[in-house]
Amino acid sequence: MGMTMTQKILAAHAGLDSVKPGQLIMADLDLVLGNDVTTPVAINEFNKAGFDSVFDNEKVTMVMDHFTPNKDIKAAAQCKQCRDFARQYKIRNYFDVGDMGIEHALLPEKGLVAPGDCVIGADSHTCTYGALGAFSTGVGSTDMCAGMAKGKDWFRVPSAIKFNITGKLPEYSAAKDVILHIIGMIGVDGALYKSMEFSGEGLKNLTMEDRLCMANMAIEAGAKNGIFAVDQVTLDYIADKVTKDYKIYEADEDAEYDAVYDIDLSQIRPTVAFPHLPENARTFDQIGDIAIDQVVIGSCTNGRIEDIRAAASILKGRKVADGVRCIIIPATQKVYMQAMKEGLLEIFINAGCAVSTPTCGPCLGGHMGILAKGERAVATTNRNFVGRMGHPESEVYLASPYVAAASAVTGKISQPSELTD
Amino acid sequence: MKAHGKVHKYGDNVDTDVIIPARYLNTADMQELAKHCMEDIDAEFASKVNKGDIMVAKSNFGCGSSREHAPASIKASGISCVIARSFARIFYRNAINIGLPIIECDEAAEKIEDGDEVEIDFESGVITDITRGESYQGQSFPEFLINIINSNGLLNSLK
Repeated sequence: MGMTMTQKILAAHAGLDSVKPGQLIMADLDLVLGNDVTTPVAINEFNKAGFDSVFDNEKVTMVMDHFTPNKDIKAAAQCKQCRDFARQYKIRNYFDVGDMGIEHALLPEKGLVAPGDCVIGADSHTCTYGALGAFSTGVGSTDMCAGMAKGKDWFRVPSAIKFNITGKLPEYSAAKDVILHIIGMIGVDGALYKSMEFSGEGLKNLTMEDRLCMANMAIEAGAKNGIFAVDQVTLDYIADKVTKDYKIYEADEDAEYDAVYDIDLSQIRPTVAFPHLPENARTFDQIGDIAIDQVVIGSCTNGRIEDIRAAASILKGRKVADGVRCIIIPATQKVYMQAMKEGLLEIFINAGCAVSTPTCGPCLGGHMGILAKGERAVATTNRNFVGRMGHPESEVYLASPYVAAASAVTGKISQPSELTD
Repeated sequence: MKAHGKVHKYGDNVDTDVIIPARYLNTADMQELAKHCMEDIDAEFASKVNKGDIMVAKSNFGCGSSREHAPASIKASGISCVIARSFARIFYRNAINIGLPIIECDEAAEKIEDGDEVEIDFESGVITDITRGESYQGQSFPEFLINIINSNGLLNSLK
């Protein structure tokens, strides 16, 4: 039996010729990631277990992005604990306020992940790097600790669902709409324990930023990882970023899949996931007048430069509706700088938006845009669970940067085609 | 080894944001976090849970974030075992890695009700609902994972 892309990467990292779904393996890791919320727990375990070194100080990375710039004294103490540990163990890729960005936007930008890598991160959206053709999955802090100390972790080899991508997205439809459509179709546990493999002739029409957005939300369908076939788009993206050696893996012709779905990009329409699950996907024929209080454009899902440009294209020369707060958070310093150079920050500020330094902030209800009881937000983030952005009785509607920006202008959930001027 | 306690029952897709809201994650003190465990869907949980109690839910328990604070705060609250039809995969591995017993069992997830008195035999995987006088067979772990569990977690198993 042939192997999927994920199975081949796992087999190679476990030193095996082949693996089967369900098989439990120990695999070597190319990168171990943690953030300011998950790393302190890993450090506590590291110290408790009596480890005295990390397996490779270039293959451990820490990004202070969740509650930074430090939102309170406790958050400051957690970052300090990470900073001290990084200094003590000479962690080369430690990113703090000033050079940090949201981890899953930052690491690809820094060239830290390459095709064929085996990556774990103590953050569920670590699945983002599958966009680059790597096996990459979210784990907990104890896994991170084991990974830091030993450079290995255990995995149950996943089976896979294949998404055969064809066509091209219409104007104002986005990668976010594609992944919300898919999650709506298969459900929040539709890919539980499995890989989501994306391939097909339509891939060439998806930019790396589109792929990062889609792989990012594989976890919202319960998947172990999302992964894209490596093509010229991948190679062009990594050309000026990745300096280490890498290997490209392709799924075998006779690889077995639990299911195969055809996704025609030309049929994708602007989509919104209603509270309180990402699977509650609706297109605008199923959305009435829903007034909103806040818009958040940013996050590891949609805070990259193409997302910021998409939002700016809608907000240019327009104003945020009365009574709506619109918060724009470029995901990294590089994105922030680029947006500044292109004059996008000026467009946002003229429109009445707040523009923030990179942070996960409001996405997980940390800070920088918390909702009061009964308030509603349209966000380009990835989760709309109960209490995710604030009060347990607030609501989050997930959408693309186009929809979020259009909604900021009208004050209700809207798509760009509804804008008249 | 056995667990014995009163059941706290929940539905499908209990996510890590309701198990332990991110607004409390500015600390890694699990006893402190246990005070807020389940707060957003069951405000009374922390005050009504007793040591040894059992949590039962339906599908995809623990979906969402990778925060180990979720199984750790459940464990710190005194819960001795979580039974569900299925677990989200990061929660599943976190629970094993930190030594919070979990069992997948369709029938138990369906039939056991809130407040029932339940006993679990971890050796055999048999779940007994004493209130209802019924028993259900939970799924056993593969040997690879039993070794991690018997070593008292992942870090000890790697030493």
